[in-house]
Amino acid sequence: MAQPVAETSPADAIRVRDLVTHYGDREILHGIDMEVRQGEIMVIMGGSGSGKTTLLRHLLGLEKATSGSIELLGQELTAMSDTELYAMSRKLGVAFQGGALFSSMTVGENVMLPLVEHTDLDPGTMEIMMRIKLEIVKLAGFEDLMPSELSGGMIKRAAFARAVVMDPAVLFADEPSAGLDPVVSRSLDELILNLRDALGMTIVVVTHELESAFNIADRITMLDRGNILTIGTPDELKNSDNERVQHLLNRCFEEDVLDADAYLARLTGDSPRD
Amino acid sequence: MAAPERSDPAPVRAAETVGKAALNSLSSVGFGASLVWDSAYWLLMGRRRGQTVRAQPIFAEMMEIGIRALPIVTLLSVTIGIMLAIQGIYQLRRFGAESQVVIGVAFGMTREFAPLITGILVAGRSGSALAARLGTMTINQEIDALRVMGVNPIRFLVVPSLVAMLIILPALVIWADLVSLLGAGLFISAELGMTLGIYVDQVLTLLQTGDVLNGLQKSLIFAVLITVIGIADGASVKGGAEGVGRVTTNAVVHGITAIVLVDMIFAFATTRG
Repeated sequence: MAQPVAETSPADAIRVRDLVTHYGDREILHGIDMEVRQGEIMVIMGGSGSGKTTLLRHLLGLEKATSGSIELLGQELTAMSDTELYAMSRKLGVAFQGGALFSSMTVGENVMLPLVEHTDLDPGTMEIMMRIKLEIVKLAGFEDLMPSELSGGMIKRAAFARAVVMDPAVLFADEPSAGLDPVVSRSLDELILNLRDALGMTIVVVTHELESAFNIADRITMLDRGNILTIGTPDELKNSDNERVQHLLNRCFEEDVLDADAYLARLTGDSPRD
Repeated sequence: MAAPERSDPAPVRAAETVGKAALNSLSSVGFGASLVWDSAYWLLMGRRRGQTVRAQPIFAEMMEIGIRALPIVTLLSVTIGIMLAIQGIYQLRRFGAESQVVIGVAFGMTREFAPLITGILVAGRSGSALAARLGTMTINQEIDALRVMGVNPIRFLVVPSLVAMLIILPALVIWADLVSLLGAGLFISAELGMTLGIYVDQVLTLLQTGDVLNGLQKSLIFAVLITVIGIADGASVKGGAEGVGRVTTNAVVHGITAIVLVDMIFAFATTRG
């Protein structure tokens, strides 16, 4: 399933170096190093509390890091001014976990919003572009419905249509298959693969669903308690002899007593909550 | 939810609680001020930054805040006008000065009651709606979505509401002035056997432009207060649907409190000298 990635070190779309972040007084990410290559599907995996959502929010420029650097398409994200962030936002697309469609707008208006905000195209052209994207996510004909009239899977599809309407260089998807039945979830995996193949995007997917991750990933970054456990292709992960990787892959329960510090922290009530 | 048990002595904890609360309220005042500042910035500079404030959402907001509030504003204004007339006549009758009621009603309504009642109604209707909308949008990650799309949430959400509020609240107050004085006039003319024409004549002679303007100036301050409090409370949402309910209630309580307090300060300041 995984596409072979060219060996001749292609330019990195995203390069994260020693990223340390805090939420309040609590350190969430303890020095993350990773890169996402141009045109690959990188899946960021981990259980709840592993820091994968935090990492995504930093990649999107929604949070300020404590230290470290994030290079997005060759530009340092942590040092960007508002104007530079605005320019960068044209090159990024994000499909949020719950869709984050604006409930006061129709599906079509939602999908067109980035065009309305970023381009001077005439309304007719925008509508055509909107319909093209709805066609890609198999929601043709639904543009006049309100988000509240769509099913969960359709909302996620519409969110993908909005995320790709500007033909972004990098597409981010947060938990695309969470809360969906296996069939719909599988169809979203297909959609992600199609988007990469048809539009040539670099795609970063954050998920905790193993099956979906192995279906779509070129490479997988596995996060564990704010650290990178491993980065590799799905095959490399399957053959990993790292005990925690195997635990996560085989959905073993962690034996809590193994980590005496965490156990103590929980007992004394200072435990970080997820 | 119980606070985690700590070894600090009770007075220290109490001082810490008070200190945190003071810091929180101070920071929300700061947040409110920055909202107003940013709104002004985006309204004036939005075009240059490629993010023009659009007229259509402003009209939609004006419709929602103003036109839909007309029936209730009318009903309450007329009622309060008549109420003032009833009380005025009752009190003044003791001195045999019933005919002086007109001056009381005219000043009371234009300077005080019309802006106050309208402000409180709009805070209840639209301040809460703003908080609910902002709260829901925050929880649904719609605000995040705006930011990653490069759409400034203040320009997109706050400015239209603020502009609409600044236009429509004074308009509602003028309407409230008119209908409340009319309601009071009908009662007074019936009660004191004065024709409506004479009543109107008296009102126009007694009232000065300054009295009406005084009420309108207040309504502009109320407009800023209602919007900023609604937005700030909405944006402070924590948790799910329950959190939205909480910030909505907060917006109404904070909004009405701020309106009444500012009204008193304004009345004090503008009646000196």
